[in-house]
Formats: sequence, C-alpha cells, structure tokens
Amino acid sequence: MSEVKTDLVDVEIDGVWYQFPKGMRMIEACRQAGVEVPHYCYHPKLTSPGNCRMCLVEMGMPPRPAPGAEAPAPDENGHLPIAWMPRPVIACANTIGPNMGIRTTGPLTEECRKGVMELLLANHPLDCPICDQAGECSLQEFSVEHGKGESRFRERKVKKPKNVAVGPRIRLDDERCIMCSRCIRFTDEIADDPVLGFTDRGSHTVLTVYPGRELANNYSLNTVDICPVGALTSNDFRFQMRVWFMRETNTIDTNCATGCNITVFARENKIYRITPRQNNEVNSDWMPDSHRLNFHWIESDARLTDPLVKDGDHHRLASWSEAIATAADKLSALDGSEIAVIASARMTNEELLIVNRLVKHLKAGHVDTVARVGEPDGYLISADRNPNTNGVKLVLGLEDPGSQIEAIKAGIEQGRIKAVITLQEDLVDDAGFTPELLGKLDFLLSTYPLANATADASDVVLPGAAWAEKSGTMINATGRLQRLNKAVDAPGQTLEPWEIVRDLIQATGGGNGIYAVTDLFKQLAAEVSEFSGLTWGQIGDLGVPLIETGVTIPLLEREKQRIASGLIVG
Amino acid sequence: MAIIVQRPKLKWWEHLYLPGIITGMRVTLGHFFSILSGRTKVTMQYPEEKWDSHLPEHYRGAPALVTDEHGRERCVACQLCEFICPPRAITIKPEEIPSDDKWAKVEKRPRAFDIDMIRCIYCGLCEEVCPEQAIYLRKDYAITGLSRAEMVHDKTKLYEIGGVREGLVNKWNELK
Amino acid sequence: MDWHIIIAAVIKIVVFVFLVTLPMVAMSVWAERRVSAAIQDRVGPNRVGPFGLLQAVADGIKFLLKEDFTPAHVNKFYFWLAPALTMVPALLTCAVIPFGSRLFDEKMVIADLDVGPLFVFAIASLSVYGIVLAGWSSNSKYSFLGGVRSTSQMISYEISLGLSIVPLIMIYGELNLGRIVQEQALNGWALLPLWGEGLSLKGFILAVPIFISFIIFMTSMFAETNRLPFDLPECETELVAGYHTEYSSMKFALFFLGEYAAMIIGSGLAVTLFLGGWSLPFGWLAPESVDAAVPWWHGLIHIGVYFTKVIALIIFFIVIRWTLPRFRYDQLMRLGWVFFFEIALFNVALTAVILAWPQLWKMMFG
Repeated sequence: MSEVKTDLVDVEIDGVWYQFPKGMRMIEACRQAGVEVPHYCYHPKLTSPGNCRMCLVEMGMPPRPAPGAEAPAPDENGHLPIAWMPRPVIACANTIGPNMGIRTTGPLTEECRKGVMELLLANHPLDCPICDQAGECSLQEFSVEHGKGESRFRERKVKKPKNVAVGPRIRLDDERCIMCSRCIRFTDEIADDPVLGFTDRGSHTVLTVYPGRELANNYSLNTVDICPVGALTSNDFRFQMRVWFMRETNTIDTNCATGCNITVFARENKIYRITPRQNNEVNSDWMPDSHRLNFHWIESDARLTDPLVKDGDHHRLASWSEAIATAADKLSALDGSEIAVIASARMTNEELLIVNRLVKHLKAGHVDTVARVGEPDGYLISADRNPNTNGVKLVLGLEDPGSQIEAIKAGIEQGRIKAVITLQEDLVDDAGFTPELLGKLDFLLSTYPLANATADASDVVLPGAAWAEKSGTMINATGRLQRLNKAVDAPGQTLEPWEIVRDLIQATGGGNGIYAVTDLFKQLAAEVSEFSGLTWGQIGDLGVPLIETGVTIPLLEREKQRIASGLIVG
Repeated sequence: MAIIVQRPKLKWWEHLYLPGIITGMRVTLGHFFSILSGRTKVTMQYPEEKWDSHLPEHYRGAPALVTDEHGRERCVACQLCEFICPPRAITIKPEEIPSDDKWAKVEKRPRAFDIDMIRCIYCGLCEEVCPEQAIYLRKDYAITGLSRAEMVHDKTKLYEIGGVREGLVNKWNELK
Repeated sequence: MDWHIIIAAVIKIVVFVFLVTLPMVAMSVWAERRVSAAIQDRVGPNRVGPFGLLQAVADGIKFLLKEDFTPAHVNKFYFWLAPALTMVPALLTCAVIPFGSRLFDEKMVIADLDVGPLFVFAIASLSVYGIVLAGWSSNSKYSFLGGVRSTSQMISYEISLGLSIVPLIMIYGELNLGRIVQEQALNGWALLPLWGEGLSLKGFILAVPIFISFIIFMTSMFAETNRLPFDLPECETELVAGYHTEYSSMKFALFFLGEYAAMIIGSGLAVTLFLGGWSLPFGWLAPESVDAAVPWWHGLIHIGVYFTKVIALIIFFIVIRWTLPRFRYDQLMRLGWVFFFEIALFNVALTAVILAWPQLWKMMFG
C-alpha cells in the first residue's frame, strides 16, 4: 500500500484500508468496500441535497499538529493515525480525502441513525398492511436494522393529504412521505418537468404538485420507483399484488430500439408490473411510462391460444400437427417466387435466423419486415419503434427493412404473389394491407398473438408467443446485444415463433435438429461473423456491445455531462 | 458390538404358559367387565355428545374473518396470511375501497377472500401473522361439504363464522 | 330313497348352515369387535341397529358393493378359486356335528355319519388349499409368505389335532358324534365326569388324559383357524395382510367368513367332543338312548344348550385373541412338533394303559 498512485487515495473504512479515486463520495466508497450506508435522499443519478440525514457516519483525518509540535509518524504501511471528529458527517455529499477514516458502525453512528429513524417515524402512519411499498420499503428495512422498535411519540400525528391524484398515473400519500425530495429532483433534473415541490415547514412539510399542473410527463412513473417509501404509488399497480409474491425476471423492453433493461414482476403467469433495471449503457435507471404500461395486452381476451384453420368462412380449432400440415401442403404446391415472407423486427435474432432458413428452404421470392418509425422523444424513446431492426439487417440480411412492403402489395395486386407467411406482424393495422388485398391471396399464414383483421383473413393461424413469453437476443439501436428472457408461460397451446418456423420447415421437407433456443444461438455464433465467439451466457443481464451504429441515447449523453461536471455520481 | 440380552430364567410352570394366559385373561376380562358395568367410560358418543362446552380457549378450529364493533371488516387485504399459509389455503384478491364508502380512508379491502378448508391445516399462523387482528381461528371444527367447491370458504362464509370481535386495538380511528 | 329323508335333510341344511351358522359368522364378527373394544376400554360398533347388531349387515353390503378388483399380475383362475376353497370346507364340516338330540323324531344332525371326526378332519384340511392357492396365485411376496406359513402351520397342527382326540375315541369306542354325545349326556361330559358311570374312580383317572387332550385340541384349533396367538399367515406387522393381501371386496369377505366359520365349527367340535354337545349337565332331560323318542320341547332345549355352549366358546376364542401376543414362528413350530406331538402320543399311550389296566393287572398278577 505504500506505493500510492497519483489519482488514488488511501481510505480506512471500518478498520480496513482501501484505495479509491480522489473526490469519490464517501457513500460510494463504502458501497464499493462492501459496507452499506443506509440512505433515503441519496441517489447516484441525482444531485445530493443531503436532507434525510440517514447516512451519517463518523469521519476522521490525520491530526494537524499544533505549530511546533512533532508531526505524527506514519506506521509501517505509510498510514497516518486518524483523529476522529466528534460530530458525524453525511456520507452522501462528502468526498473522500487522503488518509481519511470512515466508521459506519460504533455508538455515534448507531445513535444518530436511531435518532433519525425515530424522527422519520414520528409522523409516519402504521399502514404497512395496505401500503404497496411494504416489502421493498427502505423505511421498513432500516427501521428493522437501525430503529428503536418502539415509539416515544405520544403526541398527535400531523394529518396530511392522503390519496391525492398528482398525475394521471400516480397517487400521492403525504403522510407516508419522508421528504427525501428524490421525486422533486428527478422531475427537475431528468424529466425536465419540475412540477413537484415542498410547501409548509417543519413537520407540516408536504409534497405537492404545482397548482394547475400535474405530474403527467412520460417518465413520471420513475418517481414511484425511486420513492423510498410508499408515498408515490402507481395507479396501475396499486393494490394489485404484494411485492413479495412476485417472481422477478430480468429482460428487456421491446417497445422501441433503445431496448430499456427491465424487470418483469409476475405471479402465477400473470404480469403485474414492469420496472426499469439499471444499465448505464442503455437506460440508466429509467424508462418511459408508455413502454412500462404496455403489457396488459399480453393477457387480453383477444389472445389466440390454439392453432386455427380456415374452413370456408370460419376458423375452426385444429391441432398443431394438422395446422402445420395444412400450411405445408399449400406452400409445397407453390413456386418459391409466389411466396412472400413478412417477418418482424420484433423477433429475436434466433427467430430471424430460422426465418432465414425458411426463406431459403422455400426459395421465397420476397422477404421483408414491417418498419415502425415514430418521433424520438429526446430521452430514451428511439425513433425506430422496432426493438431489433439491427438484428434484421444482420441476421436476415435485409439492407433496408420495410422497403419491400409496397412491392409485395403490388405483387399481390397483380397476382404474382399467391402466398404470404407473416410472422408476429399484423399486416392490416401495422403495414397498411387491406383485408381485400389479403383476400386475393391463395394462402395466408399468420402468427400474431392476438386476434385481429390479419388473423381473420388468414387461412392458417398459428399462435406465437408474446415478448414476455419467449427467450432470445436482440440488438438495440446502439448496437448492443441484449437478452430477452421468458417471464411467464404462454397461454394455451401457444408456441414460441422459432418453434413454429422449425415445424414449418420440417413439414415442408426440411430437416434440422433444433430443440432449444440456445441451439439457435450457437448456430448464430457459428454462421454470422459479428456473433462469432459469443456464447449465450456471456451476454449476461447487461448485454454486450456487438456492432457500431453511431446512434446515441440523449438521456445518457446528458447524464455523462452531469457526471463530468461532478453534479452526480452516476 | 454384540449385546447379549439375558433372558429371564423361567420356572417350569411358567414354561407351561397356562398361568400366564390366565393372568392375561384376568386383565382383559377385568377391563371387559368394568366397561360393561359402566365403571370405565372413555369414549364420547360424538354427534350426540360434543365437547363444544369444554373446548379450551386457545382451541384452533376453522379460521374466520371478524368485523370490529363498528361493522368494519378488519381485513385490509395485506396478504400476509396468504404468504405465511404453509399449505397455501388462502387466496386473497384485494381491491380499493371506493371514495364514497364510509371507511374510504382505510383504502384497501379484500374483494375476494377464499380459504380452501381441504387444504387448511389449522396451524394458526394466519392468526399470528395478521397485523390487523382480522383473522381468528374459531372453535368450529366440523367443516364438511359435499364437493370441493363447497369446502372453499368465501368471504361471506368467513364473516358468518367469525362474527364481531370487540375491544381489540383499533388503529383506524380518527387519530391514526 | 325316501322323499321324507331328503326333504328333512334339505331343511336341516338350509336351517343349520344358512340360517344359523352363517348369521352366527356375521354376529361373531360383531361380537369380536364389541368384545375387543370393551377389553380395550372402547365402545366398538354401536351405530347400525340396536347395539350395532346390524353392523355385520352393513359390512356385508359394503363388501358386496365394493369394486371387485383383480390385479393384473395374478393367476386369475386360482385367484378366483381360492376364496371359495377356504369358505366351502368350513361349511361342509357342519354336516356331521349334532346340534341337538331329536326334534319331531328327526335327528338333529345333517349326516349321521359313523366316522364323524374323520370326516371333519378330512374336509377341514382341504381349506389349506384355499390359503396356499391364494398366497401363490396373488403373485405377491407378502401373499406368498403368508401362504407358505399357513401351509406349514396347518399341516403341523393337524397332526396334534388328530392325535389329541384319539384318547377320546378310545374311551368311547365310537366314531359317531351323535352317540358320543348321548354317552356324555348319560354318563358325564368328557371333561366333567360327575354323574352316571363317569362318577367313578376310572372316570376321574380318565379325566386326566382327556384334559391334556382338551388343551392340545383347543390350542391346535387356534392354529388351524389362523387366529391369534397363531395368526402368523396374516400378521399385519410383517406381511401386510398375508395371503389375502391382494384380495378386495367379496373375495376378501369370503376369506374373512371362512376364518370365522372355521372358528364356529371348531367350537362346535370341541363342544361335541369334550363338553357334552347338546346335553345338559347331570343327565337332566337326557334321552335314554340315541334312538329313544324325545319330547319336542326337550329337543328345542337341547338345541339351545348346544348353541349356548358354542357361543361361550367363541367368546373364549375372542378373549384369547385380544389377550395373548403373537407367537414367533419358530416358537409356533417348536410348540407343535416338539411338545404337542409328543404329549399327544404319550397321552394316547396313557389312555390305553388306563383303559386296559384291569386286563393288564390280570395278566401280570392274576
């Protein structure tokens, strides 16, 4: 330890010496040393006002000798003795310095935490049984670890507004609020919509929304995530399910090309909520509300659960083998140039690989995916609303996805294209095909999970799994390869799209021995040069950079600036 | 290590078994006649006689929901009993109390509260874990039904068994 | 053949076998359960009918209505044959046992055979086939072990059972059970020679071998009927249910009934041979000879006396079962072969010596 690098300083945390970069926050140094300092207001992605006082720790520096006195001698490791300061400091806003000492235990810090907890709990209602935060509530956790267990507060608690609708998606309970101001800072610093603030003083302080305004921006639900208590709750998730019942699955959002990292909370095959998962290369700690709430369709009544085969005007239930055989019969009778395959940029790389096999096997004359383009919001939402357009380019080999759709329409109109296989896409609503146009086809196969006009026009409907029901990999707008993980079981007889395509290939005389989606990834790694050397396990929860696209995410760029200017830790 | 058990050395008349048989029969016939004459009485004739009257206070019968003295259902659907229940007999579907309700400030209540009495093992953990003193094991022990569906106690049935419990900690008062 | 004999025989068969013995089987099941309950300070079946008397009917209905399940791995023919082979011999032996003196000038025995005890042993030993076949055809290790145990046990004890009554036959010089009972009615029961010719020095001396015979006979009867303390063929702690492990429904009930029927017949035989059959003690109301006319009410009393004795013996069987622990198999075999077999043989010799004493005296000293 005697050899000190210029940018590193020696810090003693709970009696052990570490080296950290100079200027690091004490709380981060403690975290990296494996010591958790309890905190409420501190959030690494937000500025630190230091108003909750929970992170008080004991701090010490080498004694400064009085003029004329002898300077203290370093020990054999070069560390000077530490003179502990009699008063605690907050770990979230102070930075470390050379030869600094931090104590996160001991009578002083423990007494401080006990006192802070007691004051925070003075006005906090005892409604944990009805509070949605119970189970993931910092106040509960730190109360158990550092609280007194008994209240000395005999006075009347301050009554504050409860059950206030501060926005279309958010409910506020002011009695539960501990005034950490995380939500205020988030709306100000990240969402650029500063509508929240404190009014009144002392124990009468309440969090309010600016008169006449509401917390309605598309990132408002992130305040619910960062609220350490149950003061802000999501209308969508309110009273739906206790958090301890739900199974968490780390996966990615498929609503746009950013591919926000998310955690899906589900119990007994029902998804209850989705929260963003920290990935500093993709979405930081946040995600847009519109994407977060777009999962209820997965369990809608319109879900197709069984294969259907058209009999005259009606569809009837069929077994998988019958439906696949029907499709294979029709396709085998046609020439490849008469077949068009319309895949989806919402499919995973593995699915696109096997679609590519199908295209080659059928010698299909036309292949494309449906493009979805919207306005970028300048935060996280990308202009490309397909999650895997880069995968389409790379794996399916399309130069400009979406450019062939009009040609296919014309081909159907002229009768050159007699059969269309549409995988996980709704041609009528999303690609501008009319039911009349589809009616001209000899054969239409669709695998969209929901019943819609395309399915109605299809000769064979094969239910494919929705994004939360399948596993695979996708490449986001910045060229990062990320894993999509299965969170819930698909309803009824629904199969994953790659299984459907595999069965189609087999039924039309092709052969392959693929039994798991990981087999497909191995083939992907073997066949596509960009993937070579990668394994399924290497991708991990945070993904790996795969290709250079030059696309950046505006929110991350601003975050980098704030880190560089020292406003936040990051 | 072998253990050698010393058998008792029997006298020659003991080898005959007959004295042993007679002694044994004296014991059995003693019981036989004492129960015939009504001197011993140990069995309760169940449906006619019941031990309802002398059930202990801590008897663990069917779990049931209780209301407080104002008629408010104590349960706030926190689902802790559902969580703690070892055989997973309890299923709760929570709902928000509408704002025009008298007890709107409680905010949450069970929309459905089912206890599958086929699964219930009468362990009493639900009663122990309940933060609202809303679920109690009552003294009902003869839970019968002709179908599985009948054996699932729904909210109505649970309140019917549970009734009112007064004088408990009342945390949803004005001062809360 | 005379029609009147056939009709009388049919009536006797129907009444004695089907209207008396089989209901007695059912009632003894009930008695077993009530007595065992009382011994163990319980109540026993008391719900069906008064005092639970109709419990046997309920059980019977249950057995009839249960699924008659034949496992896939059994030898079906023998599997089905075995229960019948157990039940039928037990009932067949009823034929020669006199259950009364005379009623309306008709002998109260189905077949007045001159070789009664031999017939009983001949038929009763057939029931071992039922058990062996049940154990073997079930194709199950428990059944098989039960069957094997039962076979060796029954064969072993049949010897001492047969030998134990030889002294009696020697004393009476008779194999017709009716005449043996008549003899006892006039001259004192075998075990209780207190009147008539029995009240003599010879009678008292002869009571000693007869008592030994009685002990051996009763013990062997327990073993023959597979009752505790000798129920090793079906001991549930080791063999689940022994030879009838794989049986259910009415087929199981037949084994069950067979065991109780055997117990009733065994009691009947013991009563007939040792306890004076249908006769009252001290020669009361005893007819002068086998062929003498008997008033009808005497006949009814005699029938009543016979069944009273049988029921008392059945209760003795039951009490023994709920008193004694089960023997170990080696103990059982030792008891049968080493003790009873030798004692019975010695007993035969002893009786012979006692009977032939006057002649022996004359030969040696006279």
